[in-house]
Formats: sequence, C-alpha cells, structure tokens
Amino acid sequence: MSLLEIKNLHASVNGIEILKGIDLTINPGEVHSIMGPNGSGKSTLAGVLARRESYAVTRGQITFNNKDLLEMKPEEAACEGLFLAFQYPVEIPGISNAYFLRTALNAVRKYRGQDELDAMDFLPLLRDRMRLLEMDEKFLNRPVNEGFSGGEKKRNEIVQMAVLDPTLAVLDETDSGLDIDALKVVAHGVNSMRSKDRSFLVITHYQRLLDYIVPDFVHVLVNGKIVKSGGKELALELEEKGYGWAEPELAGRR
Amino acid sequence: MSSVDQIQDLTKQEYKWGFVTSVEEDRLPAGLNEDVIRAIAAKKGEPEFMLEWRLKAYRHWASLEARQAEPKWANVHYPPIDYQAITYYSAPKAKKELKSLEEVDPEILDTYAKLGIPLHEQKLLAGVAVDAVFDSVSVATTFKAKLAEAGVIFCSFSEAVKNHPDLVRKYLGSVVPYTDNFFASLNSAVFSDGSFCYVPKGVRCPMELSTYFRINAQNTGQFERTLIIADEGAYVSYLEGCTAPVRDENQLHAAVVELIAHDNATIKYSTVQNWYPGDKEGKGGIYNFVTKRGKCLGKNSKISWTQVETGSAITWKYPSCILQGDNSVGEFYSVALTNNYQQADTGTKMIHIGKNTRSTVVSKGISAGHGQNTYRGGVKILKGAKGARNYTQCDSLLIGDKCGAHTFPYIEVRNSTARMEHEASTSKIGEDQIFYLQQRGISKEEAVSMIINGFCKAVFRELPMEFAVEAQKLLSISLEGSVG
Repeated sequence: MSLLEIKNLHASVNGIEILKGIDLTINPGEVHSIMGPNGSGKSTLAGVLARRESYAVTRGQITFNNKDLLEMKPEEAACEGLFLAFQYPVEIPGISNAYFLRTALNAVRKYRGQDELDAMDFLPLLRDRMRLLEMDEKFLNRPVNEGFSGGEKKRNEIVQMAVLDPTLAVLDETDSGLDIDALKVVAHGVNSMRSKDRSFLVITHYQRLLDYIVPDFVHVLVNGKIVKSGGKELALELEEKGYGWAEPELAGRR
Repeated sequence: MSSVDQIQDLTKQEYKWGFVTSVEEDRLPAGLNEDVIRAIAAKKGEPEFMLEWRLKAYRHWASLEARQAEPKWANVHYPPIDYQAITYYSAPKAKKELKSLEEVDPEILDTYAKLGIPLHEQKLLAGVAVDAVFDSVSVATTFKAKLAEAGVIFCSFSEAVKNHPDLVRKYLGSVVPYTDNFFASLNSAVFSDGSFCYVPKGVRCPMELSTYFRINAQNTGQFERTLIIADEGAYVSYLEGCTAPVRDENQLHAAVVELIAHDNATIKYSTVQNWYPGDKEGKGGIYNFVTKRGKCLGKNSKISWTQVETGSAITWKYPSCILQGDNSVGEFYSVALTNNYQQADTGTKMIHIGKNTRSTVVSKGISAGHGQNTYRGGVKILKGAKGARNYTQCDSLLIGDKCGAHTFPYIEVRNSTARMEHEASTSKIGEDQIFYLQQRGISKEEAVSMIINGFCKAVFRELPMEFAVEAQKLLSISLEGSVG
C-alpha cells in the first residue's frame, strides 16, 4: 500500500499555474528525490503537500495514509505524519525552541491518542535528538530560529523532524546555504532516521546532497511536470548533462 | 500556596450561614453640584479636610467643564458624555441581581470556564445572587492580621480617611493634584472608595497585596482612588484587577492611583484589566479614563508599573513616574490589546528630576479586528537630572488589515549628559509564522496565541507568576476569532 499517491496534480500560486499535472507514488521506506531548475515548481509541490493555504489546487488528488490530503488543514497533515523541513525556516521571537517543540509534539501525540509529555519526559528526548544533529544545548532555550545562522536553522529543522517522528518527511532544499561539514551532519541525521516505516521526499537543486542522502528514486521536475524518473544514477547523469538533457523542449528554447 | 490558590480554595468553601442580606440601595439623584459633593462627604462621614478638598476639586472641574476642557488630544473617539446624567453616589453600587448563571451572557460564561474560574466566583463576578458567598470578611481578617503584624496598613480608602486621617491628608493629591486633568479633578470631587496602603520604614510587605482581599472590592464603583505609600526602605507589590470580565453597568470609569516611594523604597504595581470591551459591533463597553502616577520621592527608590490591558471599549491611561530622588528608577511594562472596535491610547511619562535617574519603557501594542492602538509616551529629562538614562522599546503587532497602530513618542532633554535610547517596530503577524507552527501540528488558534505570547514575553516576565499565566490565557481568549 502506498503512503503517498499524487495524481494529475495542478496547482496555482497567485492565479499562476505552477504545477501542471504531477503524478508520483511513494511507498513506505522509500527515499525519493525531486530535482529541477529554479522555478520548476519544487517548492510549490512541497507547499501543496504541507497544505499551505495560499497554494490553490485546481485539479488532481493526493492520498496520504489512505486519506484525502487535500481535505486536511496544515496541522492535520502534520499530525497524520507529514513533516516539511522548510527551505527558509521561520523565526518565532520570544518562544523557546524547547517550549515550541514540546507543544508541537504534544499536539501530534494528542492527535494520535498518546499521552502528552511533560517537560521532564520531553527534555531528555530533545537533548538526544540535538546531539544527533550536533547542536549545542544553548539552543534549547533560545527563541525558535531567532539569531540562528543559516546552517543552525537547517539543523534545527532536522532536530524537529527527529522529535516529531513523521512517516513522510519532505526536505525542501535543506542543502541550500550549508557548508560541506554541516551538510554531512544533516545527512547523517536524516540517514539515521531512514527506516522501512518512514519515507522521504528530498527536494534539491544540486546532486551534491544526494551523495550523502542516497535516494531510491530520482524525478526531474521541469516547468511543473515530472519529465524523467529513474534510479539514483539519474542524478549523476543530470549533473553531468544539465537539465536541458532531461527536457529537450527546454534545451530547444535556449 | 499562591494567593490565587488560596482565594480559589476559599471560594470553594460553603458559606457557613447560608443566607444573604440584601443590600438596600442608597443612591443620590443623578447630576453633579456642590450639594452632591457635600452629600457624598456627609454619607461617608468624612472629616472637614476631605470635604474641602472635594469641593476645591469640584470647583476646578466645573470650571474646566464650563470651558469644555475635557481632553481631546487622545487618539480616541466617543460621543460626548453627559456628566449630569451620571449618578455619583450609590453605596454599595446597585447591580441588578440575576437569579442564576443562565441569565448571564453565555460568552462571558465561556470565558470564565476557559480561565478556570470556580463556579461560585463566576457567579460573584457575573453579579448573580449567590447562596454561598465568598466570605471576604474572614479572608480580609486573616490577611489583615498577618499584615498588621508586619505593621502594614491595607484598607479601603474610606477606612483610611477615618482611621489614618493624617496619612491621607499628607499624601492625598501629592502626586496627582486635583487640578491635574479633567478626569482626575472629577475623581477627586466624587470618588467613592478605593484602596489605601502604607508600608512603614524598613518593612518588606509579606505578601502580594491584591484588591481581592479588600472588603467590598466588587463594589468599588466607577470613581476609584488608590493611594500607596512605601516609607524608607519598604517594599510592596500590589496587584490590581481581575482576569475575568466583571459585569458592570457603569460606562465611565475615572480612577486615580497615586504611589509614593521614599528613600530606598520599591513599589511594584501590576494591573490586568479586562473590563467589558463592548460587543463585536462596538456597542457598549467601558470608558476607562485613568490617571496613574508614582513619585519616586526618595533617593534609590523604584516604582515599576506593569499592565496588561485587554478590556474596555476605550482606554486612556498613562501610568507615569516622577523620578525626583537621586538614583531613582522608573519602569513601565505594558501590553495593550485592542480587538473588534476597541480603542486604546496608552503609554507612560517618565519625568527625570534627580541625578542618575533611570527609566525603562517596554510597550507592546496588539491590534486586531477594527481595533485602534496608540502608544503615547513622554520622556522628560530636566536640567538637574545629570546622568539620566532612558530606554524605550515600543513594538506594535497588527492582526488583519482593518486595525491600526499609532506611536507618539515625545522626548524632551534639557541636560546634555542624558542618554536616551528609543527602539520601535511595527509588524504584521506573519502568515509564514502561523503556517510554520501549523506544519508542526499546532492549531491555527494556538499558533496565533503562541506568537502573541512570544511578542509579549518581555512584559509577561515582569508580572507575578500566577498573573502571568492568566494574562497569557486572557490574550488568547481576547483574540479568539480574530484570525482566519
């Protein structure tokens, strides 16, 4: 049974159609990568999956956990197990990382019918996940993402993922703005979370990330459509030949 | 055990005697003239000096009224008030008694439930006749004994006039004179009651003082007067207000609060104001026109105001500090929220007179719905205030696109050694922020409340613990339905 099934998805932002018929199926435990040039619709796809209100779905269906994802509010999708690591993580002044994450985890646990965790139970869990991402404990009490460097923000996203324990993690250009050391740390965090019950959709611009997070499938998104799909070797081929190779029309326009 | 817990426990106790004496109404006819003032003083059995003071205040107010000198500079709008239509004395204030909670506005009951207010207290706040009343006399007795042991005087203003006339005479009007402004003059002429507190030399008041503990606190009425004196080296923390919306039929409230801090004394004054704000269309609601001022009379004295203002249709209020003693410190921490059609013009004045005086102003304004929120602040450094310092931070947060935030900071510096810092920001609550929290599983309403609480954190941490928790809940409740 597939975890996520996208059928003929069309979506617009501000009245402009960005996604023009996407089909994609992800089974439990699989790691899929979406690659594509700027403006191809990668982040829009991530936003639609996370149920961003301003992204209007005009056609198509998305099934997640055998439920209609398009009927869900963002928080419902999250509680169902969909996690989005943001390309640009948002700052929440005055709210500590620890408090924010405990509130989030308890919201998710409540939805799943589990007991809420108090601070005493939660802190060891958070500390453990922060160690995995090599984040200093001082970040526990710092306001969410405020004053964090680009790399710290991205690592903080993966800490959140590790705490919330999703079944589908969408990583939206998590590699952008990371130096090679930070990239390795983030990839290590992600890899240690790979399991037969958890799937990943790794969105990236560059092949570099896929050296560290090796995908099972690679899809090339160009102009709102998946124009090519294949195994991990597709990423290398793309790196070598460019997006124009994957999409002859695009090459022809140049 | 916190004082709030204690009160909640007490309210859960059954009333021992099981009956209520109905209070007979004692009301003067509507309108204001010298006879009314005399009648008020006579009914309260006040000494001659009080009557004289009231009369002087009345004459001053009448001259202002004749010149139509009601202040018009504030950024608030309301129809003219007919001062002759108001009843200035009714003791205790007559409230229409409701027979059961079923007669109370369900929205108010909903709020009580969310704040976790016990049933008996709900009835009391809503003005329902209760068969098991909150035994304020015995609470007051217990607390008074403890306070008396420490030498602290804490009583109603009327009692203070009777039992401590010398103190009242010495300090009444010493910070807010009866000529101060239109509403302060009106209050001085007609004030019905209020709180009085004197903390003697070297005494640290053993508990947070709250109007809760004063007899008849529910009936203090629309013209309340508070006077707090901290003698040399004394410390007192005073909590005013209640997080629950109190049913009240008076529209105009004009209170005066005066604080006096002698050498090395500290007064901390915290307010949570949640009076009836009017309905969603802006009908009804309290006009809260208050004059609050503290004088740091002695050296090294400190006065700190913290306020969370979420109620009232119109708020006109500037808790201020006169920093007279050398090295004295003034602080103002404020959260003001306006939703629906509420209007608030609030801020502070810091008047630096003594050397090395310091002041801190942190103001957080939140506007939602059609709310209009104005920060108005004055920082004055007088000639002699060598080495004075001020730090002002004034942030506004907008929710939606029909509300407004306005900032009027006035700064006047007459001593070149002064150091002034002013920071201001206006932001809209971000859709990105809300979406980010939602994506982590947090509901939209909780997300908004979390963002707002983060915005207000610098103020909330100044509040006593139990007040801070309630203030957070209150903000979420006040903002319900304002997003999405």
